[in-house]
Amino acid sequence: MSGIRLEGITKRFGDLTALRDLSLTVHDGEFFVLLGPTGAGKTTTLRVIAGLERQEEGAVYFDEHLMNEIPPADRDTAFVFQQYSLYPNMTVYENMAFPLKSPLRNLDKGEIDRRIRETAEKLRIGQLLDRKTANLSGGEMQRVSIGRAIVREPRVFLMDEPLSNLDAKLRESLRVELEHLQKTQGITTIFVTHDQIEALTMADRLAVLNEGRIVQVGTPEDIYDRPATTFVAQLVGTPRINLIEAQRRNGVLKMSKGAVELPYADSAVSLPETFLLGIRPEDITLRADGEFTGEVVLTEPLGVETIIHLKTGEERLLAVVAGTKQIAIGETVSFGVVTDHLHFFGADQKRLGEAGGE
Amino acid sequence: MSVSPTPRTRRPLSDRNITLLFIMPTMVILVLMNVYPLFYSLYLSFTDYSVISAEPPKWIGLENYTTILSDQRFWSHFAVTGRFAFLSVGLQMLVGFGLALLIREKFRGSGLVTTLILVPMMLSPVVVGVFWRLMFNPSYGIFNYLLGFTDINTAPEWLGQPVLALWAIVIVDVWMWSPFVMLLSLAGLSAIPNYLYEAAAIDRAGAWFQFRRITLPQVMPLLLIAVLFRTIEALKQFDLVMGITGGGPGDATEMVSVRLYREAFQGQFDTGLSSALAYIVLIVIVAISNLYIRQLNKVREG
Repeated sequence: MSGIRLEGITKRFGDLTALRDLSLTVHDGEFFVLLGPTGAGKTTTLRVIAGLERQEEGAVYFDEHLMNEIPPADRDTAFVFQQYSLYPNMTVYENMAFPLKSPLRNLDKGEIDRRIRETAEKLRIGQLLDRKTANLSGGEMQRVSIGRAIVREPRVFLMDEPLSNLDAKLRESLRVELEHLQKTQGITTIFVTHDQIEALTMADRLAVLNEGRIVQVGTPEDIYDRPATTFVAQLVGTPRINLIEAQRRNGVLKMSKGAVELPYADSAVSLPETFLLGIRPEDITLRADGEFTGEVVLTEPLGVETIIHLKTGEERLLAVVAGTKQIAIGETVSFGVVTDHLHFFGADQKRLGEAGGE
Repeated sequence: MSVSPTPRTRRPLSDRNITLLFIMPTMVILVLMNVYPLFYSLYLSFTDYSVISAEPPKWIGLENYTTILSDQRFWSHFAVTGRFAFLSVGLQMLVGFGLALLIREKFRGSGLVTTLILVPMMLSPVVVGVFWRLMFNPSYGIFNYLLGFTDINTAPEWLGQPVLALWAIVIVDVWMWSPFVMLLSLAGLSAIPNYLYEAAAIDRAGAWFQFRRITLPQVMPLLLIAVLFRTIEALKQFDLVMGITGGGPGDATEMVSVRLYREAFQGQFDTGLSSALAYIVLIVIVAISNLYIRQLNKVREG
């Protein structure tokens, strides 16, 4: 087990700069998530940590040891790839025994067997041990890959979107298992995903990446409640946050194109004349005594909640109500806004006031 | 009064008839060119018959087969053919797969190098045979010179000594057909996903382990196909032998198909006997191919 520190990592592929001066600290025993859209540099970061890619600039530290010159085999990481990278022509048991059989580890047969059976038990793949990997389902294969990674008790777990090739149900159950496993084993884990729900539910802390840079690092609460930029605000949370052009005038906040006016509490943030106002859909509440009215344009019942598309003035807003609600399209409804959770962003897309995290 | 022509109702072709119509020409040609000769030669193999004599085929039962199988010389032809096939295919596999492993990593000009390596395969075997015979010549051939033998008196006489003559044909066959094995191996190698090697590197697997547990099993089906093709070809080897040694010295490199050619088209044109010999070769090849294919299926199933 160890903490990981990246300092000023820059990685280029030909003309493409995948990582730009990226610095990051992952604490010992932490479940750390790298979140970002495709091409943000999450996987590259992970591969640099594993030693599969060599950075052009910067340093990788495990605890206080500089790892730049250390080959992947000697970094003692375990890597779970997005594709189920199982060795074909081997049984599940042989696959899991593979990393343990390395002469560098020098484990005796009994110990290897004990560890494999214990791990298989944890991942509920005990009945598959004698099967050839080609005959497994996707979920089983990824379980075995994870098993092969954890069976050796590495210093660090590196997981590159291990759940993204699985169907929704399986993803959910494996997500819970992984989280449980990490919490009980306490091994430092870096988990790459583009799925904000995975990120928010699993992470102790997470870093949001975009175009090879870190945009924000913090706990899920930091990221969700105090997003540092409009990019982060839009990346996390479904349905997506409402971002509205707004103006400050005579002590009220007024949507440029909408009819909504909110009181401006001086104590909060010093706002410029015009800015972007962010309101999470759950902070727009439909209620009979709401100060504002809007026309329902569309409803999306999801079972546990219903997303309601509202039109007020020229502005479109998303609101969420609990359960399924029968609201006719075209109906005019009253709604209120929870003003404690407003987000303000300047013209540079950066948060006005204090952002969450480090 | 004009009689309006009654339109003749033509029955449309049924799907089945259209199918037959398309298949028939192929079937006719196949029967005429393949099936009929196959069975006719099977019949001839049980007769005493020569195409240049006026006599009709005379049924003699298994006599042709017993003649061949009890003649020591035929057995030695089979032995030579087998030795050639074993050496030639074995070396081709080693050289071809080795080349594939070397050329697998892309480098500047690797496409050009690959193409150049493939050139021997594209040449006509007879031309290759004749040129190599000239190169093997002890007095003016370049082969001995390249090996470092400059004195005619001590230089090996490649085509004059029985053992060396067989090796000479093996060398040419390997030179010509290793590229084929390389091509198949490359196809297999390029299908191995890189993340398997990355996973192995992180799992602390050594180079030998990676080769034995990842590379080899993944390429194995294609290697077996290469062995199958090359073995069948080697058992039929004819043109290189004719070009390089003509079966000599003596009958040291007289392979089955060369002898078959002599029986069928030289001397007495013994059509009956040569048909029987051809059938024996066919049965041997089918039997060996079957063994390979069974093995191949086993590898495929993992």
